[in-house]
Amino acid sequence: MHLDHSDDLSPAFPRRHTHSAARPTRPDGTRRALRVGLGGPVGSGKTATVAALCRVLREDLSIAVVTNDIYTREDAEFLRREAVLPPERITAVETGACPHTAIRDDISANLEAVEHLEETLGGLDLILVESGGDNLTATFSRGLADAQIFVIDVAGGDDIPRKGGPGITTADLLVVNKTDLAPHVGSDLSRMAADAELRRGGLPVAFTSLRDDDGVRPVADWIGTRLAAWTTGSAA
Amino acid sequence: MTTAPAPARRTPAGDTGSGVHATARVQAVSNGRATTLPLLHGDGPFHLRRLRPRGGRARVCVIGAMSAPLGGDRLAIDVTVGDRADLEITTAAATLALRGATTDHATYHTSLRVGDRAGLRWLPRPLISACGSNLRQTCAVDLAPTARLLLREEQILGRAAEPPGDLTTRLTVRRDGRPLLDQHTAIGTAAPGWDGPAVLAGHRVTGQLLIVDPRLEEAPVQPHLLGNDPAQGQGALVPLTGPAVLITALAPTTVHLHRLLDHARSLVPLGL
Amino acid sequence: MSRAALLVLADGRFPAGGHAHSGGVEAAVASRTVHDTATLHAFCQGRLHTAGLVAAALAATAAAGHDPLELDEAADARTPAPALREVARKLGRQMMRAARATWPAPELDHLARHRPRGAHQPVVLGVAARAAGLTSSDAAHAAAYDSVSGPATAAVRLLSLNPYDATAVLARLAGDTDRIADRAARTAARVAAEGTGALPAASAPLLDITAQEHAAWPVRLFAS
Repeated sequence: MHLDHSDDLSPAFPRRHTHSAARPTRPDGTRRALRVGLGGPVGSGKTATVAALCRVLREDLSIAVVTNDIYTREDAEFLRREAVLPPERITAVETGACPHTAIRDDISANLEAVEHLEETLGGLDLILVESGGDNLTATFSRGLADAQIFVIDVAGGDDIPRKGGPGITTADLLVVNKTDLAPHVGSDLSRMAADAELRRGGLPVAFTSLRDDDGVRPVADWIGTRLAAWTTGSAA
Repeated sequence: MTTAPAPARRTPAGDTGSGVHATARVQAVSNGRATTLPLLHGDGPFHLRRLRPRGGRARVCVIGAMSAPLGGDRLAIDVTVGDRADLEITTAAATLALRGATTDHATYHTSLRVGDRAGLRWLPRPLISACGSNLRQTCAVDLAPTARLLLREEQILGRAAEPPGDLTTRLTVRRDGRPLLDQHTAIGTAAPGWDGPAVLAGHRVTGQLLIVDPRLEEAPVQPHLLGNDPAQGQGALVPLTGPAVLITALAPTTVHLHRLLDHARSLVPLGL
Repeated sequence: MSRAALLVLADGRFPAGGHAHSGGVEAAVASRTVHDTATLHAFCQGRLHTAGLVAAALAATAAAGHDPLELDEAADARTPAPALREVARKLGRQMMRAARATWPAPELDHLARHRPRGAHQPVVLGVAARAAGLTSSDAAHAAAYDSVSGPATAAVRLLSLNPYDATAVLARLAGDTDRIADRAARTAARVAAEGTGALPAASAPLLDITAQEHAAWPVRLFAS
């Protein structure tokens, strides 16, 4: 048997089975794609945000998406149907009824999916990993996502930022979606902003209405900034 | 190949003899135009009858001359199909495993060797595992790289309204010396969970068809599900790792089983 | 050997992807052959004595240092359903990732390099056990237990089964699990002399058939 550590550097078997997002470079020394996780409760607009981001960013960036559905591969099917990206750029991970496990406790299937996309597509700039709709406690492992976005919506109640939870308080970007509905559901946007500010200690918050033209722009801009920092190696 | 043991006689009922020891042998070779049978050696309960050839294919029928296998019996069939030869073997009746004079298990070993560009159709009638019987079956198949095989195996678990005996079946198929299929099924008291929802779920008839043909290399067959109501039987046609297809079906009766197997057989577009 | 290392490897929280797989229970629940504690017990017992035995023997033999590539080939011959071969390799890849992070070893690297699309999960499990300094018997126990703990956990989610009842099923099967693991470990000792043909090949026809059905479902909770 031929056993030595240079196995790891074999061109036929470059960096598969890495076990952490901590290794930010490809075998050739360039930065690998930035991995951004999108989490949030069911119905807050994660998939719609991913679709809008793809439409806005796909001209300038090479993008791929991993979805984590709770039941079925419906989110992936939606993205394929909407043709926001070519189908080979969208992968669904099955989560065995535990979406938070797949993005936090046992990230192996998601890492498989992410690395498969990197290997088969090559030269990716950005991979969006969408969690299955869960509750307010779900966060992405730092082993999977370089940065995470938590998406809530105004219709879920304007007290959600105040209630906090790991997603609200620690996400790198909090997105408050469906602002167009605020007058109809009696949600107070300024109160949500103030509560979020309090809970998040200055971490950024974006208010979006995906019904508006270019409504996803604040999120796209934030990703652009992260990506610039990532590519130059000045941010983790 | 010529030094087969002398035929054994079934000891009278109640006699606690050690059972029948018998090995039948068949050898088929090609003379360039047709397949001939230079060796056709019946033994013990196995009488071998030549049937009329079909095309260039030689045909042999195994006729059971006494009830076997009973507990304590040691039975074997040894078949060699030489390069380019073509052979079909059938049996005249179902094989009935019964409890013998001893509680000892019976063994039934089948050994099939098929040479290059040769073909074997091994199509025995079902094996019936009667209550109280105890049979250990093995079927070892050795295929040359370009050999073709059609193998059928059917089991009926118990006669009408009785539980089956103890039965184990090991099917080992090697192609070019490498393992292609290795399967061991066990039913009865020595196999906990055999009748449960992971294994047979109450089905009393099982059947398999194995097709090995180098032509499947170019024309792979996709997996296919059989039956749409488990109460009427269920099964699957699956490609193995290699030019081979395995059809497995479970059913309440042989009629249901054959409906599934015949349908599956029609999905493999090869004249074998 | 370290007994605690075995607990790490056999822990249901070991991050190797098992949580997304039901071991065939989702299909059995759909066909209503598994619907309560008793039928879950029967399912797990049948799985343990078939797929569990084969997995345990593969793991034990790999842990003993037998060529894992040859074992991988033997695993293919014992896995007629392509859906299950695919699942075994996918889970093998995930097990490899976790194992290399947990117990880095040249033997894991070697297997990963030669099976970049994944080796059968029990083979990887065995090599991982070896890397962790565990014995053949340890690897067999981990694989045998894995063959029933996955389905039991999945049944809790699928049937809203009382988790105490599901855990009691596993406890009642502990004796069976030990016996299967012991048998598997004895086999491992024979493979060196007799080749991989000495490995058990216990098959569960329904697991094969329903795995193929399940793989074609458009809507499901578990990946297998």
